[in-house]
Amino acid sequence: MASTDLVHAHAAPQGFIRKYIFSLDHKVIGLQYYFLALIAVFTGMFLSLLMRIHLIWPTAQLPLVGEIKPETYLGLLTMHGTIMVFFVLTTAPQSGFGNYFLPIQIGAPDMAFPVLNMLSFWTTFVAFVVLISAFFVGGGAPLHGWTGYAPLSALPNAGPGQQLGADLWITSIAIFCVASLMGALNFITTTLDLRAKGMTLMRMPLTVWAWFITAILGLLAFGVLLSAGILLLLDRNLGTSFYVPLVVVNGQVMGHRGGSPLLWQHLFWFFGHPEVYIAILPGMGVASQLISTFSRKPIFGYRAMVYALMAIGFMGFMVWGHHMFMSGMSPYSAFAFSLMTMAIGVPSAIKTFNWLGTIWGGKVRLYSPMLFAIGFVSLFVSGGLSGPFLAQPVLDIPLHDTYFVVGHFHLIMGVAAIFGIFAATYYWFPKMFGRKMNETLAKVHFFVTLLGTYAIFMPMHYLGMAGQTRRYSQFTEVAYQTKLIPLQTFMTYAAFVTIAVQLVFLFNLFWSMKKGEKASDNPWEATTLEWTTATPPPHDNFGGRTPVVNHGPYEYSVPGAARDYTMQTDPATAPVD
Amino acid sequence: MSSTVTSDPRTFHRGGRELPPIQGGGDDGRGGGGSPDYGQRLRRARLGLAVGITPVIMLFVSFTSAYIIRQGLPTLDDETNRYIHDWLPVNLPWVLLLVNTLVLVISSITMECARRHITREAALAPVRSIPGISLGEEKSFPWLGLTVVLGLGFLFGQFMAWKELADRGFLLATSPSSSFVYLLTGMHAIHLVGGVVALVYAAATALVRRPVEARRIVVDITAWYWHFMALLWIYVFALLELAR
Repeated sequence: MASTDLVHAHAAPQGFIRKYIFSLDHKVIGLQYYFLALIAVFTGMFLSLLMRIHLIWPTAQLPLVGEIKPETYLGLLTMHGTIMVFFVLTTAPQSGFGNYFLPIQIGAPDMAFPVLNMLSFWTTFVAFVVLISAFFVGGGAPLHGWTGYAPLSALPNAGPGQQLGADLWITSIAIFCVASLMGALNFITTTLDLRAKGMTLMRMPLTVWAWFITAILGLLAFGVLLSAGILLLLDRNLGTSFYVPLVVVNGQVMGHRGGSPLLWQHLFWFFGHPEVYIAILPGMGVASQLISTFSRKPIFGYRAMVYALMAIGFMGFMVWGHHMFMSGMSPYSAFAFSLMTMAIGVPSAIKTFNWLGTIWGGKVRLYSPMLFAIGFVSLFVSGGLSGPFLAQPVLDIPLHDTYFVVGHFHLIMGVAAIFGIFAATYYWFPKMFGRKMNETLAKVHFFVTLLGTYAIFMPMHYLGMAGQTRRYSQFTEVAYQTKLIPLQTFMTYAAFVTIAVQLVFLFNLFWSMKKGEKASDNPWEATTLEWTTATPPPHDNFGGRTPVVNHGPYEYSVPGAARDYTMQTDPATAPVD
Repeated sequence: MSSTVTSDPRTFHRGGRELPPIQGGGDDGRGGGGSPDYGQRLRRARLGLAVGITPVIMLFVSFTSAYIIRQGLPTLDDETNRYIHDWLPVNLPWVLLLVNTLVLVISSITMECARRHITREAALAPVRSIPGISLGEEKSFPWLGLTVVLGLGFLFGQFMAWKELADRGFLLATSPSSSFVYLLTGMHAIHLVGGVVALVYAAATALVRRPVEARRIVVDITAWYWHFMALLWIYVFALLELAR
């Protein structure tokens, strides 16, 4: 438990291990999370590349895996989804940037419980290692997809990957739950208890609001996923029947009786839908922060943005059933879930219009962080607009097992959140490493990635409407599906280009750490507290100073002010330069 | 990363109220030169505990919903090929469990005594440190030790209850209802073991001459966690007994 057993004299450490490995400094921990997510995202991307190659050249011999068999394909699919959702989309925007910048943005010297913070990173790391090890055990990676539907996930003899691989998968998820809960505990306590003088709730940057609300979502959701995982492990290893009904596998009657596969779906999606918002809310926070900063205008409707975040978080817990329209649920339940899901469009639209309203009439500076923030809004809208389609049971039932859904969630949850991560990387890189990233490479990265991801994921909507099934490893055997292969080929080529340009990003990231243009303490002329301190920030963030906050987070172009931005720590009267 | 040690007192602001200055940051509560602010640390630890028990509540909420839904579900019987209700109510060894409940409630009271005792100690510590002042030796009773013994007694009692159920033929995988009995009581026991570990730690800190104010924080939040465990057990017992 978070307690004083974590009490620790927390002066700046000197040894390498305490400084960089088992560090208590939230900034180092934030970077550790970021680099873990970086390893994870390239792993996940490599798996998707193998899948895309296999879809158009089914007999190709591929590096590491040889010719992909259907079960190998499902293993790649499971691991791609799990790695991306948990170790990239949950890890980088929340644990990575949140850890680094939440304490600084509220004027705190560290997180509330630094030892717990360190533990939560290393627990996440262990979860990642356990997950990856599923590739190397007998039978290989599990086949049940990142959603792990029972009874497939609950029966060790249901397929090659369902033996030890599936146990490792569940164990990894359970460990990840514990790590996320520790992280959420720290984020919430820190935000409530460690704000600097003058940092009232309504003066917090929208990034802090997003991390705070995301932490609350995590706190409520991961406990439920943990409970689902415990039941699954009991079913698999101790013969209980929580999820498994009477079933016959390979002609053999299994010993289970009366379990409910739907129970898994309910518990999983009660976590799973808030998880979508855990992935995207930090991106919304970053987009708000950057669009205001680079438009040199206050964010349009600050309070509306805060209340919209709360509304999205709250309603996110009431819509999980829209993932289960196919399960034969009562039409009345389906109607309620459908209505609630479409209602989430309202706060989402409030946010979108407020972003556009902020850009409108602003003195827009199109630096790379701003481009990625605009890209985030673009993808959020494109991916979001297919949401109301899928929210209706009558449309969801024909579309559910097609590429339409794959296109929808990749745009809104996957790529939009990734654009949030890119925007945050380009924006905060100068504060984290004291140098700027190369702007030309960044712009190449932006335009190719934006067009590339649209080229990959937009055609999926068409494929879905044409009836192309998802999760199939090969389309060569069904006549109407073979006609769609040329479009799949186009998407694979688009993936080649998009992945290649990520190597440009990787080069820019590491090259700029050493050789990038030196950055001043406030290169973007932004207002929040991280830009008031040295670059990179000292161990206690403010070098012994005590920040006192006198202004809101987005006071740009204030009439009568000496310059077009007012720092949060500027004197309460009009600032003088 | 440059290394700077905080030496200035800093003021934190919470919910618009101004709070006394504290030193340093995070859960260390100490800076370069000043003495730690235990009040601040206690409040933060209590807040952390309140946040930390939320997922435990969510865990049991989701088990409860699974329990209630499973009760009402029909099962396909492979012999008759018809849907039947297979929920067999488990007769809990309720006399034994009632004794266990009593033991846990008493342990909660002894825990509260330990908490109040150390709170008083911590409050008097500054006075004691003044040379020449003597408050006399207070009678100290090993409340923490007694709580640990009662906690272990409860766990032993639970073990006996499981053994009795097993002797009657109700094993973990025997029927859906017995699975839930073991699941709910087992998960509670695991969380209680966490509380016992915290108690042993709290008792151990007394031996290594940690300041009484620091020990007080450990005892205080362990006590609240312990009370939560007692309430959670009463809930689990009531659920299993009343919603069979």
